[in-house]
Amino acid sequence: MRYGTGAEVLRDLDFRLSAGGFYFLTGPSGAGKTSLLKLLYLAQRPTRGRIRLFGEELADAPRDALPAFRRRIGVVFQDFRLIRYLSAFDNVALPLRIAGRSEEEIEGPVREMLAWVGLADRASARPPTLSGGEQQRVAIARAVISQPDLLVADEPTGNVDAEMAARLLHLFSALNRLGTTVVVATHDVGLIAATPGAHIVRLEKGVLADPTGALRNPPPSGAGSQPGVTS
Amino acid sequence: MMLGWLPANPAESRLLPGGRFRGPTPYVIAIMTFAMMIVAAAGLALSSTAGLIASAAANRHVVQVPDGDRPRVAAVIAAARSSGSVSAVRPVPEAEMRRTLERWLGPLDTAGDLPLPALINLDLAPGADAAALARRIAAAAPGARLVSEEATLGPLLGSLRALQWLALTLVLLMAAATSAAVVLAARGALDTHRATIEVMHGIGATDRQLARLFQRKIALDALAGGVAGGAAAALVLVLLAIGSASFAGDLFGGRVLRGGDLALLALLPLAAVGLATVVARGAVLKALRQAP
Repeated sequence: MRYGTGAEVLRDLDFRLSAGGFYFLTGPSGAGKTSLLKLLYLAQRPTRGRIRLFGEELADAPRDALPAFRRRIGVVFQDFRLIRYLSAFDNVALPLRIAGRSEEEIEGPVREMLAWVGLADRASARPPTLSGGEQQRVAIARAVISQPDLLVADEPTGNVDAEMAARLLHLFSALNRLGTTVVVATHDVGLIAATPGAHIVRLEKGVLADPTGALRNPPPSGAGSQPGVTS
Repeated sequence: MMLGWLPANPAESRLLPGGRFRGPTPYVIAIMTFAMMIVAAAGLALSSTAGLIASAAANRHVVQVPDGDRPRVAAVIAAARSSGSVSAVRPVPEAEMRRTLERWLGPLDTAGDLPLPALINLDLAPGADAAALARRIAAAAPGARLVSEEATLGPLLGSLRALQWLALTLVLLMAAATSAAVVLAARGALDTHRATIEVMHGIGATDRQLARLFQRKIALDALAGGVAGGAAAALVLVLLAIGSASFAGDLFGGRVLRGGDLALLALLPLAAVGLATVVARGAVLKALRQAP
């Protein structure tokens, strides 16, 4: 994959993620982690190669087909990407509203999710009035509110303290136990260590390090289709 | 329902903040609607006036007797009445001729140094043979000439019809300019809200969902502008119709703008709003398709 006419930022990737698996994506800065996540959450198309997600080939899928798949993916952006003029409540409720849920169906789950990330009393606050950590928690709440099949998080604990990081990891693990495939890009070794059983995907200079071959041929796990990237 | 997309719930309306009348759209639409209505009213008035003149001139002829010789005038009248192809004969009174000429020539000598021509208005019956009548009159009064008013007014009618087409062209050009302005406004709105669009796309919003937000905002702005511009134009037209400027009053007043014309003018603001909405939707959808 390359941006415009620039150099390839990802190449020779061939891996599969088990449905229901928990993956940490690691590697030095500039290794291509964010680019790989963009491919996974369908914000970019590969310049060559294939992406199979939820049992469908999506690299060349028509644009109109993508929103339905994106609704099955929760994304925590590194820079949060909250809508600054919407309240925390409205930001978290956005995926449900886009999915066409009624306001009655939205109210309860959003309040519950805000309480879970410790922002019950900040529901009406707008992002510019929230701290970095609070914004990150709103972003995480927005990503998981619709209980996605795939959760993709880019440095999700970069702006929160250790206690909140542990709590968010617990939330990811809970979602994972419910069947959500989780992919977290992080430099936080402590976070990885605190998640026994998680797989580690390491990227270096746009190439996947997979010495054991476990990413090419993952062990069978729960039901469902496997996301995978080949280029 | 065709307008089902127009009402927004509070959550949707919060997605594109900024309120009404902050962008250029309502003002552009108001100005364009105002100008379109005035030009359209002028075009319709010209069309009606041309129609009135043409229908009044149809079958109307004038016999000119250059020296106003009374026996020859009497012979013309007799020949016309006995022809069977004339439904009305109205000699123009000498006093009226004198008044008319005095406007151009100044006070005329009542002693009669200057021979006054005589004019006789004739209304021909439908289907009458004007050429045969002309020959009959020429035979009865040598030198007398039968002139068709339709032929006399031909150049004027041609000019009025050309102006009418010019007005229609101007209305279409203004509609095109309105569309261009709406496209620019839509692109501006997209640029302003690019971050929001990216987020919404990223979490599964469809192009149609996003387009609906912008379409609604621009439609409401256009509606406000259309109503304001339409009301201003209606006020101007009413003032012209009742004003003391007799030409403008006659041109735009009830005499030349009939019910159908007024209904057409009333529809123009709605047409402008509809045009803006459709153009905005197209521009937004086209721009959204550039995203991955």
